Amino acid sequence: MLKLARFLKKYRLQVILGPIFKLTEAIFELIVPLVTAHIIDNGVRTGDVQYVWRMGGVMLLLGVVGLGCALVCQKMASIASQGFGTVLRDELYHHINTFSHTEIDRFGTPSLITRITNDVNQLQYAVAMLIRLVIRAPFLALGAVIMAMTIDLQLSLVFLVATPLIALVLYVIMSRSVPYFKVMQKKLDKISLISREGLSGARVIRAFSKQESEEERFQLAANEQTDTAIRVAKLSALLNPLTYLIMNFAVIAIVWFGGSRVSAGGMTQGEVIAFVNYMSQILLALIVVANLVVTFTKAAASAARVNEVLDTQPSVVEGCGASDPVKRSPKIAFEQVSFSYTGHAGENQEKCAVKDLTFTIEEGQTIGIIGGTGSGKSTLIGLIPRFYDATQGQVRVDGINVKEYTFAQLRGKIGMVPQHAELFSGTIESNLRWGNEKAAPEDLDRALRIAQAKEFVDRLPERLQSKVSQGGKNFSGGQKQRLTIARALTGNPEILILDDSASALDFATDAALRRALKTETKGMTVLMVSQRASTVKAADQIIVMDDGRLAGIGTHQQLMEQCEVYREICLSQLSKEEAERA
Amino acid sequence: MKLSVLKRLLKYAKPHAAFLMLALVSAIISVSLTLYGPILVGRAIDNIVGPGDVDHRAMIPILITLAATIVISAAFQWLLAYCTNRVSYKTVRDLRVQTYEKINTLPLKYIDGHPHGDLISRIVNDVDQVSDGLLQGITQLFTGVVTILGTLIFMLTINPVITAVVVLITPLSLFVAAFIAKLTHKQFVEQQATQGELSGYVEELIGGQKVVKTFHYEERAERNFKEINQRLYRCGVKAQFYSSLSNPSTRFVNGVVTAAVATIGSVCAITGWPSPITIGQISSFLTYANQYTKPFNEVTGVLTQIQTAFASAERLFAVLDEESEIPDAPDALVMEHCEGNVDVQHLSFSYDPSRKLIENMNIQARRGDRIAIVGPTGCGKTTIINLLMRFYDANQGSILVDGHNVRDITRGSLRGLYGMVLQESWLFSGTVRDNIAYGREDASMEEVIAAAKKAHAHSFIMRLPNGYETVLSEDGGNLSQGQRQLLCIARVMLVDPPMLILDEATSSIDTRTEVKIQQAFTEMMKGRTSFIVAHRLSTIKEADLILVMNQGSIIEQGTHEELLQKGEFYANLYNSQFAAS
Repeated sequence: MLKLARFLKKYRLQVILGPIFKLTEAIFELIVPLVTAHIIDNGVRTGDVQYVWRMGGVMLLLGVVGLGCALVCQKMASIASQGFGTVLRDELYHHINTFSHTEIDRFGTPSLITRITNDVNQLQYAVAMLIRLVIRAPFLALGAVIMAMTIDLQLSLVFLVATPLIALVLYVIMSRSVPYFKVMQKKLDKISLISREGLSGARVIRAFSKQESEEERFQLAANEQTDTAIRVAKLSALLNPLTYLIMNFAVIAIVWFGGSRVSAGGMTQGEVIAFVNYMSQILLALIVVANLVVTFTKAAASAARVNEVLDTQPSVVEGCGASDPVKRSPKIAFEQVSFSYTGHAGENQEKCAVKDLTFTIEEGQTIGIIGGTGSGKSTLIGLIPRFYDATQGQVRVDGINVKEYTFAQLRGKIGMVPQHAELFSGTIESNLRWGNEKAAPEDLDRALRIAQAKEFVDRLPERLQSKVSQGGKNFSGGQKQRLTIARALTGNPEILILDDSASALDFATDAALRRALKTETKGMTVLMVSQRASTVKAADQIIVMDDGRLAGIGTHQQLMEQCEVYREICLSQLSKEEAERA
Repeated sequence: MKLSVLKRLLKYAKPHAAFLMLALVSAIISVSLTLYGPILVGRAIDNIVGPGDVDHRAMIPILITLAATIVISAAFQWLLAYCTNRVSYKTVRDLRVQTYEKINTLPLKYIDGHPHGDLISRIVNDVDQVSDGLLQGITQLFTGVVTILGTLIFMLTINPVITAVVVLITPLSLFVAAFIAKLTHKQFVEQQATQGELSGYVEELIGGQKVVKTFHYEERAERNFKEINQRLYRCGVKAQFYSSLSNPSTRFVNGVVTAAVATIGSVCAITGWPSPITIGQISSFLTYANQYTKPFNEVTGVLTQIQTAFASAERLFAVLDEESEIPDAPDALVMEHCEGNVDVQHLSFSYDPSRKLIENMNIQARRGDRIAIVGPTGCGKTTIINLLMRFYDANQGSILVDGHNVRDITRGSLRGLYGMVLQESWLFSGTVRDNIAYGREDASMEEVIAAAKKAHAHSFIMRLPNGYETVLSEDGGNLSQGQRQLLCIARVMLVDPPMLILDEATSSIDTRTEVKIQQAFTEMMKGRTSFIVAHRLSTIKEADLILVMNQGSIIEQGTHEELLQKGEFYANLYNSQFAAS
């Protein structure tokens, strides 16, 4: 947790001054019972009405100044904690942006989001509590004990017994019930899991008429959660009565022994009342301390989760920039490339997602990449824009190792259409401009035309200005895919990669798209990953992947003759005549 | 605050009325005893006057009574907490289970049309809010009211004048609390909204990280993020500051009350005017004054919580008030077996009255027929499946199975006649075996394995860490899309139903595996009426009847050869697969 203290640097002033102001308030608060004692002992006993009024005024003044100090502290706590959170969030987001897919996949998107939101909030809260209460609460408890000791050392023995006793009760009950909260959360997660399954599987559940057994499953989970909750409640319900019991017995002791002390002349009646007041102050302070412990335990867990992100070094490091392309070199070259998600190729070739790939692609060619699910197609293309780095071997673009380019240089050359068509909230235009911020209207138009999206965009009432909701949910799968293709084309890339991006298109649109790509993008190197034999059939070269290896490379004709895997794929989709028709 | 919501919630609490009464009684006993304590302390202190003037003997009975009071009060405090917890947890459990059961009876139209995240949040978070609200509400209401009444009575019996002072100052605390709550609420709403915006942005951009990287959008994204983050900072500081005001203000008001009671009380004690008071009584008063203001300080917080709870309860009631599917008629036919003759007659259906989807459709399927449905996306293919299974009911026309209108057959038995495999595979968290045996829990292990073998799932299942006993994570996340689909197919193979529905069942499986599964399907379809929706035209060439749909109606039908010969829509669709680019 301390590691994160550096994000508080900017707010050093607030972190130091805040608690000081708070302390001042606490001191005033401690003085109040003393003043009351004085009123009774000096005022009432001597019948000095003037004195009583004066002391009343002092109490009011203490209250007002105390309030002022407290407000200053609260303000400082808000600024420091929120500022801390803001800096931390900025830093986290920046750091996450440097991650390659390996790191993002390892954490998972939902987990990263929780870290940047909930965990930071938790820490923010802890910082506020640090400033507001960490000094105040123990100080009040301790202060009350010390004040009591200065009044009467002997009677304060009662405090020395009662305070640790209350602390013990707090500790025992909290340490037993806090772990239950995790269990409760788990049971609640189970409930939410069953609900989610019930909703997403509504059709299957009804098809098998399993409503009743699903309801039983849900009821079981709900009962378990309720039982745990009640069990915890039984335990934590002990907290208040027990501390109340201890405190009040301490009060009885104070009154009884205080009586003896007064009788012996060691104490006054007003001081006994002050003692009673201090006792209740201690109880309140200790309860706050107990809650603080919970807050900081939670914060420590959050801090660990945040630090885990900050300490993770991106595995793909930006190059320092490449000079001009090497003349006459192939556009893309793979030289004995292997990649494994675990990062250890070589010894264990079995675990590699792609193994020993060597091939070249010339400028302007259209390349088809085909293979079964899990054969390594997506991994292969992910190595070109450096989503991942090859574990072994080299990937070259324009004759230069991809690791030498800056990200902007390398990725500027590449237009990529991901498998999962993803749009961002905004307008169609703002999405298209991802590819090129300064694209001219004609460029957008052309991109839409090639991507076969112009027709449907023109039919929308607001055309390019049409709203896109998060993830592009307001568009059909096919429309989204065409828009993501257009987005990639807006940047007018040298290399266009389509990762199974036409799967939601019907065959006619798919064919039209391929035709347009061929005629309208002269010089662009196009890589097309697909499961459809018909999509890749007409490519200049087809790369056939099987279980991470290159099973064949060549034209449709060549592969039909030489490549067993390719022939099987084609024949599973097309009839014999169709497969053989060039 | 809405009375109707309260009434309805109370209905749920009714079965637990005994505990509720017990809670109320406990509240009265524990609070009044707690309040009686300070009086006893005050009386005891009055026996301590000065050196040599302390009457220990007189103190004994007072202190013994005090001790008894404390013990009894503590016991009832515990009972109060236990009862309220029990009542609120049990109440919301019933509410939660009922909501879930309700969802099972809702028409699929509702489930399809509402974000699942929202419904889950109602079952999980909203129910929790109601429980917190009930808990706080009951406890604070009971103890608060008893405390205020009790302290008033006790204070009045001691000294009416000082009581008047206390009662006059307390509105101040109520006013301050309300003012802070109002300030805070506004800031919180804004903070929540901005926080939501930030989460949304992060979710979208990290989720789309591949795209962000491809387009080198990182810097632009960070710029946007910083902007939202700065706004969050500004409203966050305010929200936090305002909300942190309540404790110091409360302490201040309490301080004022203490000062007033101490000062005025002392003056009364000295002058005996306007009413006499002892020093012990002043001490009791100091305690009471604080107790008396406490419920007032807390009232706004509790009110907000109750309001949130009511809002949550309303969201739950909204689900509960949705119209359920019309239940099966009591005399509905339970159809255990069927020949497999399906007639669709003059069927019309639309999800949305303004957009017609299926119009006047007629299909005749005889036992053993394989009916394939093809057409562009959104033409209504999947809708037919929804209607066959009665996930939705037709607007007009009818569907007959062996001559019985499906509306006259119980939904359960009708759906049992079909084996269905959908494009989106659905697995639940449980073992592989449980998932396959979902439709027939009594199936033996041999039968499960046989079904898995038929679906070509056996070999990969054996490669899983625990074979058939491997526990699948939520929604089968540790399997590939294709493997999950194979399990769903095995599930249907095990049930061995008289009719089949395959809705893009193999679209996520690579074509080489598909060929094998197709063989299994072909085997299974023998003698069974089957309906097949497919994207890949290669998979349906063998069908007895191909229905070509476009914009909600069947525009062509026939066998593959017939349709190719016709040379129209289907032929175009089919040939476009092979068009040279």
